Amino acid sequence: MFTLLDENGKTDTKEFTETQEYFVNMGPQHPSTHGVLRLLLTLDGEIIRRVEPHIGYIHRSIEKMCEKDSYQQVVHLTDRMDYLSCHINNEAVCLCVEKGLQLEIPERVKYIRTIISELTRIASHQLWWGVMGMDLGAITSFLYGFRDREMITDIFEETCGARLTMNYNVPGGVMFDIHPNFRKRTKDFISHFKKKLPEYDELLTGNVIFEERTKGIGYLSKEDAISFGVTGPSARASGFACDIRKKIPYSAYDKVDFKEIVFTEGDSYTRYKARIAEMWESMHIIEQLIDNIPEGEFKAKTKAVIKLPPGEYYQRVETARGELGVFIISDNKKSPYRVKFRSPGFSNLFALDTMAKGCKIADLVAMMSTLDLVIPDIDR
Amino acid sequence: MIKSIIKYFSEIFRGVKSLLTGMKITGYYFTHPKEIITQQYPENRETLKMFDRFRGEVVLIHDENNEHKCTGCSACEIACPNGTIEIISDKAIDPETGKPKKVIDKFVYHLSMCTFCNLCIIACPTDAIKMAQTFEHSVFDRTKLTKVLNKPGSKIMAGIKE
Ligand code: SF4
Ligand code: SF4
Repeated sequence: MFTLLDENGKTDTKEFTETQEYFVNMGPQHPSTHGVLRLLLTLDGEIIRRVEPHIGYIHRSIEKMCEKDSYQQVVHLTDRMDYLSCHINNEAVCLCVEKGLQLEIPERVKYIRTIISELTRIASHQLWWGVMGMDLGAITSFLYGFRDREMITDIFEETCGARLTMNYNVPGGVMFDIHPNFRKRTKDFISHFKKKLPEYDELLTGNVIFEERTKGIGYLSKEDAISFGVTGPSARASGFACDIRKKIPYSAYDKVDFKEIVFTEGDSYTRYKARIAEMWESMHIIEQLIDNIPEGEFKAKTKAVIKLPPGEYYQRVETARGELGVFIISDNKKSPYRVKFRSPGFSNLFALDTMAKGCKIADLVAMMSTLDLVIPDIDR
Repeated sequence: MIKSIIKYFSEIFRGVKSLLTGMKITGYYFTHPKEIITQQYPENRETLKMFDRFRGEVVLIHDENNEHKCTGCSACEIACPNGTIEIISDKAIDPETGKPKKVIDKFVYHLSMCTFCNLCIIACPTDAIKMAQTFEHSVFDRTKLTKVLNKPGSKIMAGIKE
């Protein structure tokens, strides 16, 4: 507290407290950042003035490692980027290599890839839903999300051989044919999850505490979403229709009928709703494909050593978090000259500053949850 | 005034109702233990069976005569993205032709470096290796994770060519 003198040299009776902005490090070992992400927060009391993400704590130089690997080996590295969408990452690399080779891949492969991609998307959103509840203090949702995800990981384990980092795609197709139980298990899962997904709504969506903490908070306008390059459900909740599955269909997405989920409110609650709606759409896509998987080869013939013709190739896919771009430059060797990944998490993270200005710290945690960040995807 | 009182109570009512909706579900599972899918590991070790394609570790298949199919061609070593496999080969005299022939001396597998990508298995021309379904890999000393996969005294099956 200060005592001031007024113009006449007499003591002013007014006393005031001087306040000052200060910094807080959130992370890199903070549980709610879901990995090693460090946020440098500039705070005024409890109000956030600035969020500065510092990344690089889990950088493994995947892009550089790709330059020494063969194209088959590049695929398995992408498992370790956004591990919750690993099948979709693998698919992106394979599609890019197939584009370079101008390889016609069998219809069966396209169907299998699409079904497993959508299962991956559901599994990723289930995990996100559980973690989102946990970030807001509800452990229950975490356990319920994992309960239903378990059925999908079983499907993966039986057909692909692993639960998370499956490496099921190879350039030209998939590694093995689907397991005889695959269709039955997938159908079982769909009918099970159709009953269980309304439970998610009852547990979280309609809950007052949850609504109070997410509605109207973390607003991201459509213009900001576009200028930051935000993609995926986070951008579609702000009214930016950017679904690659719809805009530039790949694999079997041109054969299925599904809605692109677009909302306009742009707050945390809407981003939450967008993902729940996406789970319904994904189930709808799987239902259309599961009975119509065409017979045929599960892999097109490729040479043992793949060499792409010299040139530049780019492939975009829609992962559970947004748009993943794979850019390969080839100089006709058995390894790529340069590989660049445009990962969705990186662009989504940097919109956080705009969204969080003026909010409280506790809201920041909820906001980060609705962006669904996966840190290894940001750092690579 | 009246309006704000009504609003106040209706909000309380809405809050309590939404909490009860959630509690109904947790209560349902509390009273229906059959729906719980938790497995009691490690108590269920005997009955726990992994799927056939599950990738636990790479093993070299030996038959009952202690013979394997590995020719020492190193295709798996080349296919492996992270140097997990080392084939140390040796020369031996082929009993049929009398000419020297490449055989494996040691098939070294560093489990700690393996990413379980399955690329080695699909690269092997003679299907000599496969993925085993074991998953309890923890040991106290990491040198124990470097394994020699060919059993002592084992040799290549007759008739397997590169
Ligand atoms: S599974 Fe992959 S990482 Fe492991 S030994 Fe085989 S090729 Fe190497
Ligand atoms: S590829 Fe098969 S045969 Fe060749 S060294 Fe490896 S295990 Fe042996």
